[in-house]
Amino acid sequence: MLDDASIAETDHAADSIAVSVWRGDASGGTWETFTVPRQPSQTVLDIVTWIQQEADPTLTYRFACRVGMCGSCAMMVNDEPRWTCRTHVGRVVKDGAISIAPLRNLPVIKDLATDMDPFFDKWVKAEATHHPSAGRHDDFAAVLPDDEQRVEASAGIECINCAVCYAACDTVAGNPDYLGPAALQRAWTLYNDSRDDAGGAILDAVSAQGGCHSCHSMGSCTHYCPNDLDPMGAIAGLKRATAKRFFRRGRG
Amino acid sequence: MLDFRLYMAQRLSALIMAPLVVGHLAVMIYAVQGGLSAGEILGRTQGSLFWALFYGGFVVAVSVHAAIGLRTVISEWTRLRGGMLNGVAMAIVATLLVMGGRAVLAVTLV
Repeated sequence: MLDDASIAETDHAADSIAVSVWRGDASGGTWETFTVPRQPSQTVLDIVTWIQQEADPTLTYRFACRVGMCGSCAMMVNDEPRWTCRTHVGRVVKDGAISIAPLRNLPVIKDLATDMDPFFDKWVKAEATHHPSAGRHDDFAAVLPDDEQRVEASAGIECINCAVCYAACDTVAGNPDYLGPAALQRAWTLYNDSRDDAGGAILDAVSAQGGCHSCHSMGSCTHYCPNDLDPMGAIAGLKRATAKRFFRRGRG
Repeated sequence: MLDFRLYMAQRLSALIMAPLVVGHLAVMIYAVQGGLSAGEILGRTQGSLFWALFYGGFVVAVSVHAAIGLRTVISEWTRLRGGMLNGVAMAIVATLLVMGGRAVLAVTLV
């Protein structure tokens, strides 16, 4: 990991950078190389934007906020999933070159833009949607920050749905039915949220085919999460909760 | 729910295997250090219901545990799904049961 001083130094190490960009669509594609001028504090998203604005306006990619909030701009950078808007070129450039490709494990629409539908469909399949326990006429729910369950829920709420964990996951790559780390982490968050009223339905959903029990705990999700969240820990929580329910039912 | 049932079966079979593996290792070390011959070991295991259940239980747990693990590996490495996948898994269970069962019978039958 480079510190800020090293990044600044690398920023001035070369005048330009050789950028290999994956070009194509669902039927296949190829790599195209662009020479992009280096600039101070340049991000990978800056590079992609420069290529589209200055070299090839037909390049397709997706972004929105540019500040790590929206989760739109994740791509494979040197074969690793990253949020491109918060990835400094100085951290990833190797021998003056860099490769940028669409996110792994998702169908490609065109160039660097992937179809996120399968990713979000799995959130719904995991029951990772809010099931209210109260209506508008009820009092506000008291949420105590130090409550043990609330701490578990709070651990995952900063997820920005960027799909970096989904792209990093080898289990998703081997098992297309697998719900993936993001959906399961949100399911665990809601399972622990006192305002969610469907704990049983969540455990049923994550116990179905492709649910949390398909996870091999390889940990790529936690390793690559740009927000330093721990989806692998959340999935382990779901495994514990489903196993506990199994034994409770067994005891009758 | 099949995934969950297989997950639990694999964990529970591991729970059974763990103490049996420790017991097996302990007995092996004891047998080697005591200088027991093959004949003396067979003299103790043949006709013993305890050793038949000990290693018989181990064979059953291994067969279940290994077949579930291999089923997962096969499903992720190949396109096998559904009935074919379960058929292969059942064949692995049967093979391990027969091979392990024969070995247990060979040392416990009088």
